[in-house]
Amino acid sequence: MLEQLTQVINSTGFLSLTPGNLIMWIIAFILMYLAIKKGVEPLLLVPISFGIFAANFPLTGLMEQGGLFYMFFHNGIQNELIPPLIFLGLGAMTDFGPVIANPKTLLLGAAAQLGVYAAFFTALLFGFSIAEAAVIGIIGGADGPTTIFLSANLAPHLMGAVSVAAYSYMALVPLIIPPVARLLTTPKERAMVMKQMRPVSKGEKILFPLLASLVIILLVPKSAPLIAMFMLGNLFMESGVVQRLTDVSRNELMNIVTIILGLGVGATMSAENFLKPQTIYIFILGIVAFAFASAGGILIAKIMNLFTTNKVNPLIGAAGVSAVPMAARVVHQLGAEANPQNYLLMHAMGPNVAGVIGTAVAAGAFLTAIH
Amino acid sequence: MATPVNSPMVGKLVSIDVNVGDQVKENDPVATIEAMKMYVKIYAPASGTVREIKANPGDVVNPDTVILVLE
Repeated sequence: MLEQLTQVINSTGFLSLTPGNLIMWIIAFILMYLAIKKGVEPLLLVPISFGIFAANFPLTGLMEQGGLFYMFFHNGIQNELIPPLIFLGLGAMTDFGPVIANPKTLLLGAAAQLGVYAAFFTALLFGFSIAEAAVIGIIGGADGPTTIFLSANLAPHLMGAVSVAAYSYMALVPLIIPPVARLLTTPKERAMVMKQMRPVSKGEKILFPLLASLVIILLVPKSAPLIAMFMLGNLFMESGVVQRLTDVSRNELMNIVTIILGLGVGATMSAENFLKPQTIYIFILGIVAFAFASAGGILIAKIMNLFTTNKVNPLIGAAGVSAVPMAARVVHQLGAEANPQNYLLMHAMGPNVAGVIGTAVAAGAFLTAIH
Repeated sequence: MATPVNSPMVGKLVSIDVNVGDQVKENDPVATIEAMKMYVKIYAPASGTVREIKANPGDVVNPDTVILVLE
């Protein structure tokens, strides 16, 4: 009788709870609070935080082979299925008009990847392995799906920490960019009004995803899963003949895979995996990466201005840290603060979307170099 | 001299924040548009009186659209 009672008690989760589980629950609740009360990336942080919460119950088998969350993680994320599907949706919402009108901005999107490499080398100094350092560096690209894609490939054990770092810093872009931008620019530079953008034809917009695929995938073949899907989504939208596919890519499909992505990522954050000193380093290096990415874009914009006649406002370089369209909005506000007649939003969208491509290419380059 | 106030970018006009006859100073907000899910204030490029309002809230405006005319 007593034996059966013990058995029943042991089959419940209570006795198997560890202090680590409790700490992870607290972390999950903090993220949930930020998402629900403060509006911090709620579409991702609600499923991620619940994933953390649920995965830290003992004896559930959710993350054991064949478990529900394991299948989300293994089939969806580790097999690299979901990040490219999200890129399909992103492509179907991205207007490349500002890039086509001002192709120089592609360079600014590339320049912001300096942050990725700055964090990569710093992470190496901190004693992370090359593969781990690459995954930490890519946080500086401020692109969630790319970060998850690269970490699934190179360092799955860091996925929870790097993706939460990437998504939380993205939400902090309005706090990270302004001090960096103010430090590196004078009020006069920030006040500079840029020339009106030329209108872009429909034909150019249809050709762009094809040309961009040709150049990028030939240059960095390993970026193909992300770039190909991104450009396909864009072609859906710009062709104008497959409205249904465009809509489903950027709405329903994206929403469905976001649920699986969020739960899968959250579920990797078990106590033994996450409660390590390296997690703290990852968060520190992540913010270094973001700051250097903004700085890189601004500095290259200033250098570019030395050689060109059609000058750009150096602020738009800071939008190269992707985080679309938040970084562009922050840049717009900084410009309008210095001069109310300064409307940088559309100009900043150029480096902003170029930054997304830049990060995907940087991830492909890491894969080529490290695999 | 009449100064047209154009939309600085493609967007949806949310509101006109002045009335015909109002006096505005340079850099006063005169209208709000929505672009990239962000409300963007449009500021008067010069001081003057609002002579005519040429667009309505809800309209899609682009850099060729004159939203209002100052005098």
